[in-house]
Amino acid sequence: MTLRRKLEEKFFHALSALFALFIVFVLVHIIWSIFQKGISALSWQMVSQEPKGGFYLGKEGGILNAIAGSFYLAIASTILAFIISLPVALFMNIYLIKYKRTLTGIRFFLDVLWGVPSIVYGAFGFVILIYLGMKTSLGAGIITVAVMIAPIMIRAMDEVLKTIPIGLQEAAYALGSTKTETAYKIFFRQALPGFATAVLLAFGRGIGDAASVLFTTGFTDYVPQKLSDPAATLPLSIFFQLGSPYDEVQSRAYASAIILIFIVLVISISARLLSGAGKSRK
Amino acid sequence: MVTTFNKEAGDTVQVTVPVNPPIINISNLNVFSKKEHILKNINIGIPKNKITVLLGPSGCGKTTLLKCLNRLTDLHSDLRLEGSIEIDGDDILHTKKDITQIRQKMGLLLQRPYPLPMSIYDNIAYGLKIKGITNKKIVGEKVEKHLKEVALWDEVKDRLKSSAQSLSIGQQQRLCLARGLAVEPEIILADEPTSALDPISSRVIEEEFLQLKDHYTLILVTHILRQAKRIADYVIFMYYGEIVEHGNAAEIFDNPQTTILKEYLRLGH
Repeated sequence: MTLRRKLEEKFFHALSALFALFIVFVLVHIIWSIFQKGISALSWQMVSQEPKGGFYLGKEGGILNAIAGSFYLAIASTILAFIISLPVALFMNIYLIKYKRTLTGIRFFLDVLWGVPSIVYGAFGFVILIYLGMKTSLGAGIITVAVMIAPIMIRAMDEVLKTIPIGLQEAAYALGSTKTETAYKIFFRQALPGFATAVLLAFGRGIGDAASVLFTTGFTDYVPQKLSDPAATLPLSIFFQLGSPYDEVQSRAYASAIILIFIVLVISISARLLSGAGKSRK
Repeated sequence: MVTTFNKEAGDTVQVTVPVNPPIINISNLNVFSKKEHILKNINIGIPKNKITVLLGPSGCGKTTLLKCLNRLTDLHSDLRLEGSIEIDGDDILHTKKDITQIRQKMGLLLQRPYPLPMSIYDNIAYGLKIKGITNKKIVGEKVEKHLKEVALWDEVKDRLKSSAQSLSIGQQQRLCLARGLAVEPEIILADEPTSALDPISSRVIEEEFLQLKDHYTLILVTHILRQAKRIADYVIFMYYGEIVEHGNAAEIFDNPQTTILKEYLRLGH
């Protein structure tokens, strides 16, 4: 190798390593500063109690309302989005497989939807809500978030299904399978480990988003009992606590952030383990 | 019966048609893609209970012809088919019959095995189940029968419930063959079925084919000349989307007529 090529190799190697380290540093720094500011406020009371009167002024209580609300909202909307996304993704890759242009169009359309800011979904949900004469409620939030995360889930599933070789499809048809059988008995199983990632991605966006639920789910100090109740969510709870001038409440906001990160982490790891188990069974 | 046609100036080909009556009759088959004329005026009969080999260089249309036979060409919107393919007297290109039933008359082996994402047992049982056979005893018996038919039973009988992907690639290809046989086809279509396999596994598949021809009609696409010589009864030689020469294996290999085939046999690829 000439000296120039050697230097070039060294330079780009160092550059990649540097930026990779930088990203890791940013991530660690975010987590570190949240922990530093929030760990002192983290207590059993935080996760087990609803806010009492004056909670946002530094008095007694916890954020059980937001934890429960976020869980209900994210889980229900992920399930709803899954029910919508699975047939769409399979439809695209089984029925539309020969219409390449149509597929390209649909994928572009979904990518645009993926990129739409969540406040737009929130505003859209709000308009529908008013039109139907409904109040802000857990149910409205679930629908709004499901609509928001469905394009993400469809595209993520689509990417998984795209990797299934045409040979498997041919093999299925050669055995006399109908398209529906090919879709739900063969493609679904083949893609199942990858679907875990798709669901996780959508869940992560759903639980962490504040703007889409701002107008649709509202906020409340109570754990929602039914779909028509308003519900609190962790991102909004963090937002309201951070806005407080009291140091105590602000550190509780960081504690809430720790809880949110913890939930996302647990879900991520368990989804990885689940899909890993699926793969090793192969 | 003797057919005569001119391939190139000065090349007159005389071919005797095999003794067995044809099970598949292809007439005036033309396949077009958006840009190309892939298959040009194919007229041929495939003899019953023989191994027919589609021979020819890559890109000559062998695979397309094979996939026309069970209409896997339906998967590609840009392919346009003209002409007719008669199987058991049914023109499958224009039939009103259910395509899934027509496909069940034909087993398919591809260039590499594509086991279904389920257990070894279920790979075979799947075809039976979608046919409506759900009786566990019957399904179990058939699974055993067809795994024995491809000489896989002894290797897998203790792990029928484990995933089909845990098998070696040669075993997977035999499983795919067994899976195809389980739906009780009359015809087996094979598209270079040994191209991903090691020489030993390839020979096993070839041995299977020789045994299967008593009960099935086999159509094998290959570009491996030695393989064709080992197992072919009847050979169709294709070049650039046309059938150049066809006839019994001995005639084709010992007495080629056209210069293209002579050249192909000489180069031995």
